[in-house]
Formats: sequence, C-alpha cells, structure tokens
Amino acid sequence: MTGSLAAVGLTGGPIGALATASDPPQLLPAREQMAFTLGFHIVLVPFGVTFTILMLIANYLGLRRGDQDAMLLARRWSHVSAVLFAVGAVSGTVLSFELGLLWPGLMGRFGAAYGIPFAVEGLFFFVESIFVAVYIYGWDRMRPWAHFWSGVPVPLAGIGGTLSVVAANGWMNRPGGFALSGGRVVDVNPLSVFFNGAFWYEALHMLLAAYMVAGFIVAGVYAAGMLRGRRDHYHRLGLAVGFSIAALVTPVQIFIGDVAAHEVFQHEPAKFAAIELLPKTGTHVPETLGGVLLNGERRYGLEIPSGASLLAGFSPSTRIAGLDTIPAAVRPAADLVSMVHLAFDVMVGIGFALLALSVWFAVVWWRRRTVPEGTWLLRAVAISGAAALVALECGWVVTEVGRQPWTVVGLLLTRDAVNTTGNLWLFFAATLALYIAVGAGTFAVLGMMRNRWGRGTAAEAGDADVPYGPSRGRQRVDASDADDEAGAR
Amino acid sequence: MSTFAAVVLFVGVLAYAVLGGADYGAGFWDLTAGGAERGRLPRRLVDQALAAVWEANHVWLIFCLVMLWTAFSPAFAAIMTTLYIPLGLAALGIVVRGSGFAFRKVLVRTEQQRVAGAAFATSSVLVPFFLGTVVGGIASGRVPTGGYGDPIRSWVNPTSLLGGTLAVLGCAFLAAVFLVAEARNRDEADLEDYFRRRAIGIAAVTGAVALAGIGILHADAPQLFSGLLGWGLPCVLASAACGLAALVLLPRAAPAPLRVLAVGAVATVVLGWGVAQYPQLLGTHLTVQQAAAPLPTLVTLTVVAAAALVLVVPATVLLFVLQQRRRLDSPH
Repeated sequence: MTGSLAAVGLTGGPIGALATASDPPQLLPAREQMAFTLGFHIVLVPFGVTFTILMLIANYLGLRRGDQDAMLLARRWSHVSAVLFAVGAVSGTVLSFELGLLWPGLMGRFGAAYGIPFAVEGLFFFVESIFVAVYIYGWDRMRPWAHFWSGVPVPLAGIGGTLSVVAANGWMNRPGGFALSGGRVVDVNPLSVFFNGAFWYEALHMLLAAYMVAGFIVAGVYAAGMLRGRRDHYHRLGLAVGFSIAALVTPVQIFIGDVAAHEVFQHEPAKFAAIELLPKTGTHVPETLGGVLLNGERRYGLEIPSGASLLAGFSPSTRIAGLDTIPAAVRPAADLVSMVHLAFDVMVGIGFALLALSVWFAVVWWRRRTVPEGTWLLRAVAISGAAALVALECGWVVTEVGRQPWTVVGLLLTRDAVNTTGNLWLFFAATLALYIAVGAGTFAVLGMMRNRWGRGTAAEAGDADVPYGPSRGRQRVDASDADDEAGAR
Repeated sequence: MSTFAAVVLFVGVLAYAVLGGADYGAGFWDLTAGGAERGRLPRRLVDQALAAVWEANHVWLIFCLVMLWTAFSPAFAAIMTTLYIPLGLAALGIVVRGSGFAFRKVLVRTEQQRVAGAAFATSSVLVPFFLGTVVGGIASGRVPTGGYGDPIRSWVNPTSLLGGTLAVLGCAFLAAVFLVAEARNRDEADLEDYFRRRAIGIAAVTGAVALAGIGILHADAPQLFSGLLGWGLPCVLASAACGLAALVLLPRAAPAPLRVLAVGAVATVVLGWGVAQYPQLLGTHLTVQQAAAPLPTLVTLTVVAAAALVLVVPATVLLFVLQQRRRLDSPH
C-alpha cells in the first residue's frame, strides 16, 4: 500500500503554480495559534502520561515499607495531577477543534487516513480519564492496595495515547497507507497508516521525553526545597523518585534520538538539511554548532570538520543532500532553516548536559550510599526540569517547523491546509489571552497548594472541600479527619 | 457500513448529550445558586457530584469529533469552516469551564473561589448553548457541502437559537434530576427538596419551549419538521411522554425512576433529530454514504467502537458505581 504513495506523490498540481499563489491571510495566525496551543498542551502531556508512574512508585513504596512520607508524596502528587490533568484535558480538546477550525484542508482531504490514530487515541484517553479519577478521588474510601491497582491502568493508557497521537504526527512526516484519486482518499490500509515509517522513532522519542520532563521537574521541585533547608526524608524521597526515572531514561533517549536522526537523514532529507544547516549537497559535511543561514551561507557557527557526514553515515565521505536538492518553490525560508538547526542544537546540548548530570548524581549516590545533598548538584537538579522542558519544545520545533512548507510531506502544503475564512487573528488573540490566564492560574493554584503543604498546618486534603466556604475556621473543623495525617509529619 | 459508522457516531452524540449534558447543567445550577452563603450547600453537592466523573464524560466529545473527522471528513471540514464562530467559542468555553472547576476545587479563599466558580458556571451555560446552535445550523441545512457557509446566519437563526436554548434547558433539567439522586444518596433531605423544586420548574419551562419549537421548526426548517413528524415521531412522542411523566412524578417518586425518565426525555429528543434527518448528514443534503470514508477506515472505526464497548463501557460503569457508593469522596 505504501507503494501507492509514489503514484500519488506530487499530484497536487505543478508546484511552481502553487508557489506563485500568495498565502492566504489566515496562514500566519493559524500557524501561530497551532504552535502556541500545541506548545502549551505539550507541557501538560508529561504530567498526564508520566507523573502517574511517579505517583504509583511512591504509593508502592509507601504501602510496601509502611513509609508515611512516601504515601504523603503520592497523595500530594495526585492532588497536583488532578489540576494538571484537567487543564491538559481541556487544552487537548481545543487542539481537536483546531484541527478542523484551522486546518480544514488537512482534515477534509485526509481525515479518512489521518484520523485513524486519533480514533485509537480516543480509547486510551477514555481509559486514562476514568482510572485517573478513580485513583485521585479514591484515596480515603478504598482499600489501599485496591486503590493502588486502580491507578495502574493510567500510565499504561498514557503510553498508548502518546504512541497514537505521535503516530498521527509521524504520518504527516512520512505519509503512507492510502491511495488518492481525484483529491480524495479512496483506499486505506489502517495498519500502514498507524505504523508509518516515522512511527517508532518519533513515538519512542516523545514518550521518553515525557518521562524525562516529568522526572526532572519533580526532582527539581524537591531539590529546590532541600536548598531551602528542608533536608528531610520526605524531600530526599521526592527527589530520588523523580530523578531516578529521569536519569534511567536519559541515556536510552540519547540512543533513540540518534536512531531518529539516522532515520531522518535517510527518509526526511529536507528536514535533515535544515537540521545540519546545509545549503549545498556534498560529502565531508561539517557538524555545525550554532550558526544561522544568511544569504544561502552558513554563518557564525562552530564547525567540526566532516562531523555531520561521520554521524550520518559513519564515514567522512557520506553524501548529505542539501537544501539545493529541494525544488525552489517548496524550499523552506532561511529563517525557518536556522530555527530548526538551532532548536536541534539546543535539544541535543541539553540532552547531553542532562546525561552528565545523571552520571554525576549516580556516582555521588553510589559512593555515599545516600541521596546526594551537595549544593551545586542540587542547584543543577533544580533547573534540570526547566532544561528538559526546553529540550522537549525544541524537539517539536525541529519536527514541526522542519516539515514546512508541507503539512503532509509531498502531498499537502500548509497554505492549502489552512482555513481561508474569517479573521483568525481575533481567535488567536482570544486564545492567547485565555491561555495566559489559565497558565497563570495553574501556577498560582499550585503555588498555593505548595504553601499550604509547606506550612503543614492546614488540612492535608479537606481544606478545599467547600466551594465558597464561609470561613476558614469552619473549614478546619470540616477537615479534621485529614488533619491527622498532616499532623503525623 | 457507512450507516453503521453513522450509528456509532450518533451513539457518541447521545452519550455526550446525556452524560456531558448533566455536567453542564450542574454548572447552570451552580450559577443560579445565589450568594456565597445561600449557595454553599448546593454548590458543594455540585462539586462532589461532578469532580470524579466530568472528565470521563467529557471524552465523549472527543469521541464524536474523532468519529466525525475520520468517518465523514468532508462533512467535518464543512461544519468547521461554516460554524467556526460558535465552535471556536465553545472550545474556549470548555477550557474556561474545566480549569475553573479544577481551580475552584483547590482554592480556599472565598473571593478566589468565586472567580473560579463564576468562570466554571458561566461557561457551563454558554458551551451547551453554542453547541446547540451548531446542531440547529446543521439540522436546518445551513452548512453547505463544500463548507465556508454564512458565518453568522448559519448559527444566528431561529432553529439554532431554539437548539441552543433547548440544550441549556435540557442540560439543566437532567442535572436537576441527577442532583436529586445525589442529594438522596447523601441523605441531604433539604437539598433533595431544593433540586426537586428546580427540576419541576425547569421541566415545565423546557416543555413550553419545546412546544413553541414546533412552530419555529415548521417555519424555519421544514425538512427537519417533516422528518420529525415522519420516522422521528415515535421519538418525539416518547420524549414528551418521559418529560410529562417526570413532571408528574417529580414531587414524590424515588430518584432512580426519575433519572430514567429524565435521560429518556433528553435522549429521545436528540435521537429524534438523528432519525429525522437520516440519511442526510448535513441536515438536508450530503448523505451519510456520500461523505463516508473508504471501507477499511470504517471497518477500523468499527473495531475501535467494539473495543470501546469492551473497555470503556465496563470502566465507566465501574466509575459510576464507585461514585454512587461514595467511594470517590476524597476531597480531591
């Protein structure tokens, strides 16, 4: 079935003709809005997908060892997760609407193929949202082990959901599994759509990224607490659980990232040319660190001779296709190329920095047989979460911007996918304002929860059970049951 | 096969109308519960009733969108490019509502809760209204096959306004009856009474609007009107019967049969819409078959639907049973 791709490839009309048509005015706001809302949602993805694993590990440790601190961590993390899952669920819904509101050309033409991974994802999302609710709200009135097991489907569904969504994205990079006739999808091979060429490396790369981001952020929160003097078992445990997962995943992620780069080299040459900031095809291509593309030339970068050729094909004589192999009409603009290249560099740089941090942490831990508490190490851990998040966003810039000007590579230009009616700037402005408010609200709410927990006086859980509560005094009475646990700390 | 996919899609629409609808309606009662002191108890009940289930219920909307764009992608594009104003507003409203609810739950101070709660409650009324206008626009045939229809008149028209109003009222009616059951479940006799009174009031108003709607549809959407009098008639009559029975029984009957009647009244009227316009997907034109994806895609969606039947339905039942047995009453 994928073979039919060659037959349908580039049948969208003479490309030169398409290029001369001016872009619709909706293209820029649509792209900005999609990038912004996706970039927002993706921050929440690691918490939906991965955070629950950390929660369950803490819960397991708590039940197995009778460790009250571990139980408290799990319970508090589930409270955080309740907020983040809700914001993630609704911001994900907006993306579903946007696929139609912003990109009707994509959905109308390719929905029959492109939609399939989303249908599978819907199933996982159902399972995830049901069991996450049972777990989050089942703390007090379910038997402890039954409660623990009610949480187990959540990370599993999270993995399934992530793989499904990224399958859809992979399909945009390496479309296959369908046949076109008269501009309509007329035959579909669902398995080839889902397990498209880009599926495995993209999906694994994203999944591991989610584990790194959540792990490093959680570890960073407790490292920051320890730096403020809270060097108790509770904080060491929070740090250890988060950091262990992230540190274990990091080397695997670098390996998968390398596999992905080789795949991109072989199958997505345009993206690879942008990543390597390579205007002209050639051998002995240097690996350029930093730098931008100006007037068709690489500028301001640090070049490692033959580095790119060596990395791509294990030999300096490896030939790498440059931007000059892309027809001028669909060649990405220089600023986009520079953006992809720099994003890639930042991502890889952060990846190796996090690897170094993981090794440093592991060595100290192994030598001292206890969770490290050195100030500089803790400082590094404290910012590792933010760094991992930046790397995650950069990775998406590489894959999304690196695909331009195509939405579906070789088949659908972004300008042909976009909605061509209405003033999308208004929609974007409203979305921007709302998301800023929601983002600020999320930070504020989480900050208040942290302060309450930090004081250790307010009820652990019952402090918020009365909407529009009349007075704080009354709430404490309402919540007296839950106070015991907080008091036990 | 395309009909089967349409049925699966419509089952999703029904599930969202009933389950999601009850959640939206709870927001209506939250909005109208009065000041901080007076509205404290009903708001707490709303909060407890929704907290564990609203996200799972919300996923039905995703299910509908995904089924629509995969099985009937040209129709999806046509709807989105025509009704983008109410749909865009609904999408943003969903964000306000979900985050407002989640924030309110963890906030402690009254003034902060009030802001978050107002965001949640107001958007809970607006979103079903906008979605109702979308249904009205589709049902009255205002979405052209090629999309890009009139961005204003496609949803600012008599049928759409009727759809929006009925959606808000129907949601509020469902929620009031569900909250009667929740109050009974928690032995809160005063609250049970409180929501019984409101359920009766809203049932009467909904019935009156539905009656007026007959005239509106006759004038504005003749094809839908004749469909409702044709194959859709049993549904319409069943809805009226359920609604009337609920109205009569509401002062006294146990919550369980009331809930069945309320779900029946809402589900059958939505079903009536589907039956009345079948086989047209866009109300008056573009049949289900014309818009359908190739066979393998439809088969895949059938497999997904079967998997949902095996996985999602039992899990949802488990969630509801745990909720009804009050096993999910941890404050977070």
